[in-house]
Amino acid sequence: MALLEVKDLKVRVEEREILHGLTLTVNEGEVHAIMGPNGSGKSTLSHVIAGKPGYEVTDGQILFRGEDLLEMDPDERAAKGVFLAFQYPVEIPGVATMTFLRTALNAQRKARGESEYSTPDFLKKVREVSKSLNIPQDMLKRGVNVGFSGGEKKRNEVLQMALFEPSLCILDEMDSGLDIDALRIAADGVNALRSPGRAMVVITHYQRLLNYIVPDFVHVMSRGRVVKSGAKDLALELEASGYTQFEDA
Amino acid sequence: MNVAVAKTGNGRAVSDLFANAEGRLPGSPSVIAARREAFETYERLGLPHRRIEEWKYTDLRALVGEVLPLAASPDAAALKRAAEAVKAHALEGAPKLVLVDGVFAADLSDLKALASELSVKTLREVLTNEANPAAGDLLQTAATDAVISLNAAMATDGVVISVADGTHLSAPIQVIHVATAAGASAFTRSHLRIGKGVRATVVESFVAAGKAGGYQVNDAVILWVGDDADVAHIRLMDDAPDAVNVSSHFVTVGANVKLNFFNMTTGAAVSRLQGFTTFSGEGSELSANGVNLLQKTEHGDTTLVVDHAVPNCVSRETFRAVIDDRAHSVFQGRIIVRPDAQKTDGKMMTRALLLSDEAEADNKPELEIFADDVSCGHGATAGALDDSLLFYLKARGLPEKQAQALLIQAFVGEAIEQIADDGLREHVIGIAERWLERRS
Repeated sequence: MALLEVKDLKVRVEEREILHGLTLTVNEGEVHAIMGPNGSGKSTLSHVIAGKPGYEVTDGQILFRGEDLLEMDPDERAAKGVFLAFQYPVEIPGVATMTFLRTALNAQRKARGESEYSTPDFLKKVREVSKSLNIPQDMLKRGVNVGFSGGEKKRNEVLQMALFEPSLCILDEMDSGLDIDALRIAADGVNALRSPGRAMVVITHYQRLLNYIVPDFVHVMSRGRVVKSGAKDLALELEASGYTQFEDA
Repeated sequence: MNVAVAKTGNGRAVSDLFANAEGRLPGSPSVIAARREAFETYERLGLPHRRIEEWKYTDLRALVGEVLPLAASPDAAALKRAAEAVKAHALEGAPKLVLVDGVFAADLSDLKALASELSVKTLREVLTNEANPAAGDLLQTAATDAVISLNAAMATDGVVISVADGTHLSAPIQVIHVATAAGASAFTRSHLRIGKGVRATVVESFVAAGKAGGYQVNDAVILWVGDDADVAHIRLMDDAPDAVNVSSHFVTVGANVKLNFFNMTTGAAVSRLQGFTTFSGEGSELSANGVNLLQKTEHGDTTLVVDHAVPNCVSRETFRAVIDDRAHSVFQGRIIVRPDAQKTDGKMMTRALLLSDEAEADNKPELEIFADDVSCGHGATAGALDDSLLFYLKARGLPEKQAQALLIQAFVGEAIEQIADDGLREHVIGIAERWLERRS
């Protein structure tokens, strides 16, 4: 059974149809890149998979390990192992990062019927994970993303990915707003999390990110559909020829 | 000018209220005369209503209707239930003074533990002392209105505390008001005289014993803070959901004082805290913070008047309201700067979080500035929880209610953070968390 199956998905925002029948299959352990010009529906796809309100699915299905994802609330999806790394992670003043991480991790574990972490066990786990990702302890002492640089925010997303151990990671425009050093650090974090049991969907406008996170498959989106799929070389072709060839597809 | 409307059919009941209670109201003959005068004032005015400007948003005639008869003195069974409530709401490590249905309960109080650091008498004791010609002064206040007059007329008991100059209290004092009687009123009045250079934290908790409900509380606190003192005054109004609590504070602040006031309302169908604070010495700082957590059809009103009567004082008011269902929160803040009070720095900021379409918040800031070299300001916002923050938390596995709870705690955190004592702050957070758990 595939990990994620998106079948002929049609999605509207208010009166406008954004996805016009999108199909995508992702198996465990695979890394898929989704590329496409602005407005092609890449971020919409990531939001609909994660369950963001404001999108109306008019047709099609999203199955996660054969279960209907669209029937689940966002928190249930998270507990099942779906993780969206946000393009613009929000700042939450007044909520301490450690409180947030512990509450989220324990909520997911509780939903799965697993025992919740005690405070000492949790602290130990966070220390291990943040050390492996070179995340300074100082970052964890602040409010969630409050006053973080773009790079720090993305590293915080990677930290959560490492802590929650999801089976599907969707990285929405991870490279936006990052300079090359910040990008490399974030990408290293992501690469460390690649594993046979975990799939990733990397959404990006630019080929640049794919130099650091090398995908197994590349899909090109245009006007709400996947118009071309191929191996990693497809990304390089796109870099040379641009997206205009797909505009009329 | 406040114009009382003609008394309605309940005028008769009002008279009975005093006549039936009079034999049980403590006081020397001069005190009883002062009570009668105060009651006449109350009778003339009647319960405050919307046509009185200060009570525009809290129309007690419409919300409460009538004042319930004076609660009976607690019997052994009531004191036993009160003892359980005291245990449940006690602040760890704090000596307690307990009032049950408006009567001081010595057996539930830690008088011995307090004796070494301060002097405690009961209001009853002071009012009945015939050798004290000034006893009646305890019923006088700097400002008055119908509910304050009613309190002066009906107050059965309270604590009269005096902290000597230079005392540093080793722990917070907790005054716990416990209601055990349904369908009755408790009237209390307390005096706190804080000496020069004192460091003290005073906590007032209003709670119900077991399932007690449908009662009314009318409390008054008169507080003097001596020069150079550093005082935290915390008030936790956690009454039964169908109770009424109308309380008044009168605070006189000396020179170079640091006064931290905090009120949190997490109960009562109808509540109002009206505070009147006057700076009487220069160089003092007041930080007044409040949190209203309201649900169902609760009505919670915080009205603060800060009078900068002298120059060079600072006042900061931070108020947060979280309003669910059809609840209604009111914040009225008035800053008065007298002509001589140059270099006054007075600011207030109030924010309301509306959790339902039918929730209501009224904010009324007023600045009355008669000096020309001052820095004063106010701000107010009202809004719902931020959807993008909620989605972020849900996408990380937090169910809706838990995600909301985390954001609500963050919202009120800014006011609660002002409480310096760690144990006390945790106690307050615990009460807020229980409120969040009660949300349907």
